[in-house]
Amino acid sequence: MSADLTDRRALAGLDNLELQEALAAGPGRKGRMAAKTWAATWPKLLAIAIVLILWQLVYLYDWHGSSSNGIFKGPVQTLPVLWEELHHVTLWDAIGTTLSRAVVGYTAALVVGSLVGALVSRVKPLRAAVGSIITGLQTMPSIAWFPFAIIFFGLTPATILFVIILGAAPSIANGLIAGVDYTPPLLLRAGKVLGLKRVALYRHVILPASLPSFVAGMKQGWAFAWRSLMAGELLVTLGSFSLGRLLSTYQDQLDMARAISIMIVILTIGILVDMGFNQVNGVIRRRWGLVDTGNGT
Amino acid sequence: MSLAGNGRRGTPERAPGFSGVPNLTVVADREPATSVAGPAVRLTDVTKVYGQGTRAVLALDKVSLSVKSGEFTCIIGASGCGKSTLLNLVAGLDQVSSGDLATTGQVTLMFQEPALFPWLSASKNVELALRARGVAKAERRARALELLEVVHLGGFANKRPHELSGGMRQRVAMARALAQDVDVLLMDEPFGALDAMTRDLLHDELERICTERTLTVLFVTHNVREAARLGDRVIVLSSRPGKVIEEYQVPRTGPRRMDSPEVSELAASLTDRLRVEMSRHVR
Repeated sequence: MSADLTDRRALAGLDNLELQEALAAGPGRKGRMAAKTWAATWPKLLAIAIVLILWQLVYLYDWHGSSSNGIFKGPVQTLPVLWEELHHVTLWDAIGTTLSRAVVGYTAALVVGSLVGALVSRVKPLRAAVGSIITGLQTMPSIAWFPFAIIFFGLTPATILFVIILGAAPSIANGLIAGVDYTPPLLLRAGKVLGLKRVALYRHVILPASLPSFVAGMKQGWAFAWRSLMAGELLVTLGSFSLGRLLSTYQDQLDMARAISIMIVILTIGILVDMGFNQVNGVIRRRWGLVDTGNGT
Repeated sequence: MSLAGNGRRGTPERAPGFSGVPNLTVVADREPATSVAGPAVRLTDVTKVYGQGTRAVLALDKVSLSVKSGEFTCIIGASGCGKSTLLNLVAGLDQVSSGDLATTGQVTLMFQEPALFPWLSASKNVELALRARGVAKAERRARALELLEVVHLGGFANKRPHELSGGMRQRVAMARALAQDVDVLLMDEPFGALDAMTRDLLHDELERICTERTLTVLFVTHNVREAARLGDRVIVLSSRPGKVIEEYQVPRTGPRRMDSPEVSELAASLTDRLRVEMSRHVR
C-alpha cells in the first residue's frame, strides 16, 4: 500500500535527520589529531612549569637558610641528578620492588573490596552491620594500622600488604555498594520485565550499571593504596631497596637533590596510574553517552 | 460513523452534571460481537492498597476488566487513577491486595522511557531479552537483527542507545519487547516523551506490528487523542481510587489518523468525561 510506504519512508527520513543533527552537534573526530594532542598537552606542560617556578622561588627565598647551607636544592641542581638517577639500575630496581608490592597489594584489595562490596550490597543484615564500618575504615588513615600490623606480621612485606589492603579495600567496596544502590530503578524494572532474576539480574543489569561508580571507587582505592605503600616503605625498612627506602636513605644522608628526585618519581607514578583510571572512566562514559557533546538528545 | 460507548458500570458513578455524549450508543451487551477468543487479561475486583493502617492509600478499587486476545485496549485517566499500578500488577511486578488477576501467554511491559541498557548496543539489548528466555547463543544475533528490521532499525544494530534519537530508542525497546515472544504487551505511556511528529509515525508502526503479530495490547495514556487513535476500546478510570467508570467501543472502520473526524469526536467525549471526573475532586 502506498500510504504505508510513504509512512515508512517518512520514518526512515526522520531517523536520518535526527542522527545527522546529533552528529553535527557532536565533536568532529578526524583531521584534527595534532590540534587535539596539543590541547591535551599544553595544560600539563603549564602545570609542570608552574611547579618548577614555585620550587625555584622557594629555593631563592632561602627559608631559614635552607638553601644557602646547601641542604635544600632547586630544580636546577635536582633535575640533572634525577636524570642521572634514571640511568642507574638502583632506581629501577626500587621502582620494580615498589610497583610489584603495589600490584600485589592492590590486586588483593580489589578482590577483598569487590567480595565485601558484593556481599554487603546484596545481603541486608550484613549491610546494617558492616556498612558503616566500611565507611569508618575508609576515613581511618591506614598508617594508623601499622602498630597493629607489626604485632601480627613483624617487619615483613606482609605488614605493608595488610596496610595497603586496609587502605584500598574500603574505597573499592564502597564504590561497588554505591553503584549497586544507585542502579537506576527503571533499569532494574526493565531487567525484571525481561525475566532476569537474582544472579542473572545481578550479572546483566546491576553489575554493569554500577561499573562507573565501581571504577571511581577503584581509582580512589588506588590513591589510598599508593599512599599506604609509601608510608609503609618509609616506616618499615625491609631488606631490598624500594622507593620509600631510597627516599629515607637519601634523607638520612641529607642528599636533598636525590631525595627530591625520588619524590618526583613517586608523584609521577601516582599520576600515571591515575591517568590510566581516567582513561578507563572516559571510555565507559563515552560508551554510555554520559559525555556532554553539546546536543540535547 | 458511530461510536459505541459501553457504560459497563452503569450510571450511578456518573457525576452530577454529566450530560452524556449524544453520539455514543450505550450498548447493554458487555461482550461485543467482535469477540474471537477468550480474554488474554482478566481482572476481577482487583484492589491495590499501598501502605498500612491510617496511612494506607487505596490505589485501585475493585477494578474489573478483561482484554480479549488480539484486542487493543487503551486505559485513560487523570492523575492518581492508578494506571501505572494497574500495569505493574498485570506485569507481575507487584502483587494485588485482593481480587483476581489472570493472564494468558507471555506478558511484557514497556515504559515511558525506553529503559534500554546504556552499556549495550541496540542489538545486544534485544539479544539480552532473547538470552533471558533461553534462546541459544548462535541464534540470538540473527533473531535480534530480524526484530530490529521489524521496527525499521536494521541498520542501527551496533549503535548504542545514546547515539539514537528518542523515537528510535523507543523502537529498540519495542524490538526488545517483541524478542520476549509476547502475547500481551503492556505499554505505560510509551510515546509520552516524544514529539508529535515522531509519535504519529510510531502509532502507525505500533498498529502495523500489533496487527501482524496479533498482539493483545493494554495501553495506558493520558492523551485522549492517542487513546482514540489507537484503541479498539477505551476504558476511563476514575482518580483516587482508580475505578472503571466508562468504557467506549471503537469499531474498526479502516485506517485511522490522529486528525480523523471520528478520532476527534471520541477524543472530545473522552475529554468531557475526564473533566467531569476531575471536577469531582474540587475541595
